[in-house]
Amino acid sequence: MQQVFKRPQSLKDVQTHFCPGCHHGTIHRLVADAMDLHGVQERTIGVASVGCSVFLYGYFDIDVVEAPHGRAPAVATGVKRAKPGNFVFTYQGDGDLAAIGTAEIIHAANRGEDITVIFVNNTTYGMTGGQMAPTTLVGQKTSTSPYGRDKSKDGSPIKMAELMAQLGGVAYSARVAVDSPKHVLEAKKVIREAFGYQVQGKGFSFVEVLSACPTNWGMNPLKANARVGEEMIPYFQLGVFKKEEA
Amino acid sequence: MSKRLFVKGNEAAAMGAVAAGCRYYFGYPITPQSDIPEYLSRELPKLNGEFIQAESEIGAINMLLGASATGVRAMTSSSSPGISLKQEGISYMAGAELPGVIINISRSGPGLGGIDASQSDYFQSVKGGGHGGYHIPVLAPNSVQEMYDLTLHAFDLADLYRTPVMILGDSVVGQMKEALVPNPRPVRELPEKGWAVRGKGSEEQRVVKSLFLGDGELEAHNWRLHAKYQVMKEKECISEEFETADAKLIVTGFGSVSRIAQTAVAMAREEGLKVGLFRPVTLFPFPEKALAEAAGRAGRVLVIELNTGQMVEDVRLSVGAAAQVSFYGRPPGAGSLPSPEELLDVIRKNYDQAAK
Ligand SMILES: Cc1ncc(C[n+]2csc(CCOP(=O)(O)OP(=O)(O)O)c2C)c(N)n1
Ligand code: SF4
Repeated sequence: MQQVFKRPQSLKDVQTHFCPGCHHGTIHRLVADAMDLHGVQERTIGVASVGCSVFLYGYFDIDVVEAPHGRAPAVATGVKRAKPGNFVFTYQGDGDLAAIGTAEIIHAANRGEDITVIFVNNTTYGMTGGQMAPTTLVGQKTSTSPYGRDKSKDGSPIKMAELMAQLGGVAYSARVAVDSPKHVLEAKKVIREAFGYQVQGKGFSFVEVLSACPTNWGMNPLKANARVGEEMIPYFQLGVFKKEEA
Repeated sequence: MSKRLFVKGNEAAAMGAVAAGCRYYFGYPITPQSDIPEYLSRELPKLNGEFIQAESEIGAINMLLGASATGVRAMTSSSSPGISLKQEGISYMAGAELPGVIINISRSGPGLGGIDASQSDYFQSVKGGGHGGYHIPVLAPNSVQEMYDLTLHAFDLADLYRTPVMILGDSVVGQMKEALVPNPRPVRELPEKGWAVRGKGSEEQRVVKSLFLGDGELEAHNWRLHAKYQVMKEKECISEEFETADAKLIVTGFGSVSRIAQTAVAMAREEGLKVGLFRPVTLFPFPEKALAEAAGRAGRVLVIELNTGQMVEDVRLSVGAAAQVSFYGRPPGAGSLPSPEELLDVIRKNYDQAAK
């Protein structure tokens, strides 16, 4: 019998700690798939951030450095500058990357560091219990925006993939979602492409992945999954915003 | 034999770093230490190294964290407000047991303060600074030569103990020019960096982290770090003594002020006063035993600092009941560096009390 589906080699054969219906698990698979495709597992150094994804090293069978909250792009800069032959990526949530770590992400991107950033946007701080994030949608209720995000007081949800596309050092910037088989396949293609940019030494690549957090959204997995398509995608449009030609 | 050079303390430290094999530097400008990044931005590219001007001190210390995790020798430098920003990363490096050298040519604080010679960052440097109850070795040079020598030493200590190491100076040692003989000593016997991330190849996965969630794991980790600090206390104390053998009064101070104090002590000796100088070179580990011995013989210690009293606490803990401890401080402010005559006056008063 022909095997058509299997665990990527870069992923360990273990159960994850993620909540039921959380998309982190799916995104991990896609990242591992891209690593396998480009054959970089053995020379990859992953940079783990703070948030629900901190246990990266428990799932990916690669060397990993853990970064302080928001600082993963700076840590990755140090890793890559010291070891340019390695494949280096960060994996960061929206609290991590779009709030406390904005300086680090913007400047690593602007320097054109030859790294790849996987940015998981679930419109909330997952690990700490569902507080308002810079990506929280206007009107969205969270534990620190109990009346809903108010644009006049809290500002607008940050569109990181578009912002990244403005920076000179960025070679590739895209936004994908993993809420449907079609979107998962697209996400797979985009993450593979983003990794390819680094493999070819073309500079900084960035992929924003819209992701569900059923636990903190107070929804069951199916409803949470549906919310990605119904509420998030209309605001955070999918697409490739920058793709520097070789 | 190396030739004699006439350079600034900051440049000497940068030269020491290069001689130690450091090829990666990450920093952000701040007076009075900018000669260090300026020197390294010129020299490192010639040596196939990397100089990066980071977006902030937070960026810089985390770049150091990343580079160190791969096993290379790397460093950063800054001054007080910048060191405050680096404390998060220093705590993470201490927790993840990463080597790295941090030079702090301190300013006078708190807040924006000023750029005068000051020793108001003693507590911040030797008592942890960041969160989590860790220690890092802190070395306090008092000359241009020592800026070079101790920077070399710092890289060895960092690799030997897998810890960040700080050089604590101020604008006197950083900005003054004097003779330097850049003689790199042979490095100490250092362990292999079997922990460094390198891309796993076909080998076991390596993880550099400070998160320990398993039952009892974090407690065990903290006891292990504690044990390491005890070994440092046993083996890595450095101090210098001047005329302490028959002294009835021991004057002590670290870094730049020890130079002025030594002149004052020599002046006191000319007057026939039996005064000696004890200078801690390592501030952590603090040379408790050597100081207690010298102080015990003399019975009286005078601590001089460019602040309102910080190291004096460690002096009191070290000497216990063996000697009486008094303090003379000049907190920073333009022109507030004490003269040798001023210190001689303080020495005379303390000596009279010792004689009573
Ligand atoms: C300096 C600092 N501030 C705050 C925290 C607490 N903290 C841990 S995880 C987290 C939020 C993570 O949210 P996000 O990046 O969106 O990731 P998610 O958990 O949603 O995957 C915060 C604020 C911390 N660890 N360090
Ligand atoms: S809290 Fe949210 S982001 Fe974190 S694992 Fe659970 S569902 Fe996923």
